[in-house]
Amino acid sequence: MTEMFILIPGRTSDQGCGISEGKFQEKYQKQITSLQVAPGDMERLALAEGDWVRLTTEFGQQVEVAVTAAKKDELPEGLLFIAYGDISSRLMGGDTHGSGMPTSKGIDVELEVLRSETA
Amino acid sequence: MASVGSVEPGARSELTVVEDAVCTFCGCVCDDIDLTVENNHITQAQRACVLGKAWFLNHAIDDRPSCLIDGQPAGLEDGYQRAAEILTGGKYPIVYGLSDSPCEAQRVAVSIVDWIDGTIDTTTSVCHGPSGMAFQGVGEVTCTLGEVANRGDFIMFWGSNPAESHPRHFTKYSLMPKGMFVPNGRKDRTCVIVDVRKTKSAKAADIFLQIKPRKDFEALWTLRALAKGIELDARQVESETGIELSVWQDLMDRMKAAKFGVIFFGMGLTMTRGKHANSEALLALTRDLNAYTRFTAKPNRGHGNVTGADNVVAWRTGYPFGVNHNRGYPRFNPGEYTTSDTLARGEADCGMMIACDPMANFSQPAREHLASIPYIALDSKETPTTRAATVAFTVATYGINAPGTVYRMDDVPIPLRPAFKSPHPSDFEVLSNIETRVKAIRGVRS
Repeated sequence: MTEMFILIPGRTSDQGCGISEGKFQEKYQKQITSLQVAPGDMERLALAEGDWVRLTTEFGQQVEVAVTAAKKDELPEGLLFIAYGDISSRLMGGDTHGSGMPTSKGIDVELEVLRSETA
Repeated sequence: MASVGSVEPGARSELTVVEDAVCTFCGCVCDDIDLTVENNHITQAQRACVLGKAWFLNHAIDDRPSCLIDGQPAGLEDGYQRAAEILTGGKYPIVYGLSDSPCEAQRVAVSIVDWIDGTIDTTTSVCHGPSGMAFQGVGEVTCTLGEVANRGDFIMFWGSNPAESHPRHFTKYSLMPKGMFVPNGRKDRTCVIVDVRKTKSAKAADIFLQIKPRKDFEALWTLRALAKGIELDARQVESETGIELSVWQDLMDRMKAAKFGVIFFGMGLTMTRGKHANSEALLALTRDLNAYTRFTAKPNRGHGNVTGADNVVAWRTGYPFGVNHNRGYPRFNPGEYTTSDTLARGEADCGMMIACDPMANFSQPAREHLASIPYIALDSKETPTTRAATVAFTVATYGINAPGTVYRMDDVPIPLRPAFKSPHPSDFEVLSNIETRVKAIRGVRS
């Protein structure tokens, strides 16, 4: 089952603190490898905490990532959130459209539910 | 710095307090932090936010070697020489980063680029670079954070989440301070937050507007039209922005009624489709509102001295980022000379990454190309970029171990007050030594 979403990578406090603790430490790694999904979308897709999904962009970049439910009301249905880091960067295209800035927020992604089979 | 004496008589343990130390984690550059330092370790950081505490308390002296060449410990002199040979040996050398280095080091980095006819770019190009382009197109009606604290009675945040990225923004500068013309602090201010999701900052807002994703440009032009009194189709406005026209009209009425309005904007604008056009729309709206009242706009800057990088590179070359010297004089062209592009297109053939982590933050094509070319990395911590570098320097942390000057997000320069010395060289020392060797290779007399 696949469905289109809009991915919004961004900052979180724990990600910021994790940078100072060290990028190879647990806090930072946990933040950048957890995909937040709106509770309504979690329910509709029958996703549980820690289930895995595959995200694919229109340019073919692909990642597999574990999901966590976003706090109530923080994320509208249809949007996904992940802290800036390796995963979000892998989904950026190389083209900056003459601006120097790759499109790093508001990325169209196709979400495919993998559940815990790749965990 | 005040020494308050030994904690254990007879031991070599000494407790010192550094008053009014400067936190360089984010662009707020809070300069009122009191640090308690014991045995080269900061044990307390009074008044620091959660990010500041993590910054200060986790920067003990790193016991890695000061220099690694091809992953092996090496002497600093060997590292400087190898770095100079790499930079002078390429046809398209790039120097990138600089947003977590003091201005003095940034100045030397620009000099090196000038000697090697290279390209210099800063992390601005992947944060507020589009805003830098918009400043050139529209101009910037600006102010200091001190003016915001003392005058601002209408504070808007657009595509910015300071509760998580700049935790003291509200309390120190923009919402809570009791100022000269806002004596009741928060009660005298209206706070509006516009975002595509209900961030943690939304709790601080009097009015929160959740617009449709990738519709910032349309929303800003709706406000521009309303500022000019142009009639709009209510159904189209709601369909495009996700917000009713009457809500936008109410917001515009409040903006015009403000005595001193400020719009802080973040990467929700610059990283989203539209990029510099989004920033231009916001800056133009700010300009338009000055026909009715005083209004200003400020980008919320992320890294501690990314604003300094803009200032120093502009002072040295005439342009703020993405500057190429290949013809012997500076040329500015975002999209051509910006690092994300020169790497993703496979153009750069050597480089130097200063206080930045493109191996974690750049697109996959850019990362793959960087991994394939010789490059130098300077960082106080181990990162994916230092791990893959040909020459990696562990440097003293600016503001904690190394002195210098940084620019707050409102372009106010602030001198650093380091807490204790590091055995590792500073960015300034490493870059100065590399510059000396680059000049020797190029036959330039010092």
